[in-house]
Amino acid sequence: MIVKEFAAGDSLIQRLDPRVKIVVATLFSVVVAVSTQWVVLVLALALGFCIVQVAGVPMKELIRRLVPVNGLITFLWFFLPFTFEGESLFSIGPLVATREGVYYVARISIKSNAIMVVLITLIASTSIFTLGHAMYELGIPKKITHLFFFTYRYIHVMHHEYLRLVNAMKIRGFRPRTNMHTYKALAYLVGMLFVKSYERAERVYNAMLCRGFRGRLYSLSQFSMKTIDIIFLILMLAVILGLVVLEWTRIA
Amino acid sequence: MDKNSLIINLMDVTFAYPGGAPVLDELNLQLHQGERMGLMGPNGSGKTTLLHIIMGLLKPSSGNIEIFGKTVRQEKDFRSVRQRIGLLFQDADDQLFTPTVLEDVAFGPLNLGKSQDEARTVARKTLASLGLTGFEHRMTYKLSGGEKKLVALATVLAMEPEVLLLDEPTAGLDETTEKRIIDILKGLDLAYILISHNIDLLMEATHRIGYMIRGKVSVDEERIPHTHIHIHEHGRYAHKHGLKWPDKKY
Repeated sequence: MIVKEFAAGDSLIQRLDPRVKIVVATLFSVVVAVSTQWVVLVLALALGFCIVQVAGVPMKELIRRLVPVNGLITFLWFFLPFTFEGESLFSIGPLVATREGVYYVARISIKSNAIMVVLITLIASTSIFTLGHAMYELGIPKKITHLFFFTYRYIHVMHHEYLRLVNAMKIRGFRPRTNMHTYKALAYLVGMLFVKSYERAERVYNAMLCRGFRGRLYSLSQFSMKTIDIIFLILMLAVILGLVVLEWTRIA
Repeated sequence: MDKNSLIINLMDVTFAYPGGAPVLDELNLQLHQGERMGLMGPNGSGKTTLLHIIMGLLKPSSGNIEIFGKTVRQEKDFRSVRQRIGLLFQDADDQLFTPTVLEDVAFGPLNLGKSQDEARTVARKTLASLGLTGFEHRMTYKLSGGEKKLVALATVLAMEPEVLLLDEPTAGLDETTEKRIIDILKGLDLAYILISHNIDLLMEATHRIGYMIRGKVSVDEERIPHTHIHIHEHGRYAHKHGLKWPDKKY
């Protein structure tokens, strides 16, 4: 559930200016998400793995993070092929799988993996504080930046709170069943979690006010565009533009 | 003590949570330069509320608050108060909110307009002074209870305050950590208000002790010499007095 960053490493990618990383990851995600051409999608996925190679992300880590996404996609493979109209591919009883359906799911699979791989390498290799600061520098509204930052930080706390409540229920013999008592108990659990989050948020905000918070998060790291950042940015923009051209002109 | 050395002066301060009876009822409290005051009282007697009133996190319904000789009323007034008074929260988890220790300790100094280098230096220095060298890149949510408390104290001290408000700084900590925190506090050249339920701790770390009840603080400063009756529980055997077993307190 909890995202663990591997920001401590020191590869070329990790040392990039976080602003560059955000811009590249965002543009890449948008372009890949709207593309439909096979060649574009496959190239995008290949590009993603190239970045992984340069960043030196351990394969095990990468796979561990890709598993949840692909779990969801596996689910789609069970349903989507049978719900599309088109040329029949094979059938199981009354269910008919169509070529269009299979293509559709295949596209989704490639897209999601390509985007995830790039996000994992570019974004997860940056400390969350630096990322928040970079978002601010890029002119992203303060509220979104803060929302992003605090969501990340307090998922952990809420998770703990949740486990505490669950344990409190367990030690008093609670076992979920299909009855009113269970639904009521679970509703209390969720309600309690909301109330507790709200109160915690208030206390945290107060603690921040006490330390002179006035709506701006400062970072300890100085951003400076180095030659390597500019080269990376231009290179990536060119590649992404290439993908766009391929998609639009339908050369392939 | 003269009026110039007065740091915190609460006059007839009343406060009630919405729909409740007053928690603070025309309360008066004075803290002077260099003074260390203990505060005890039953749960729910308003000790934490009192500290939050001083920091401007809660607004009193009536009464006057003077801090460093100036009347403070609005959010704007309290901003400068918060630079000079540090509040250590009861729950360290409320105070630590950035992923790494160094960033958290530097948060206050950065807000005060220090440069990144200055903030980093102050943060490292503060951590070192609390014996926390090497903690810079630890994850705040993975620290133990005692470590969290010490780091939380560092985040407050890094702002170089003139006064500390400490809300049960040793609650739930083991004796060693408790002693470590008390030694640190005694070694600081700061005035503070210390909330605790531990009377021995208050006697050791403060000059006077206020007792909070029915929305007021009463201070008993009378020295009361008294004697205790000594009982030989096991007959007339002679024994040494003042002998301390390692696990027994007299």
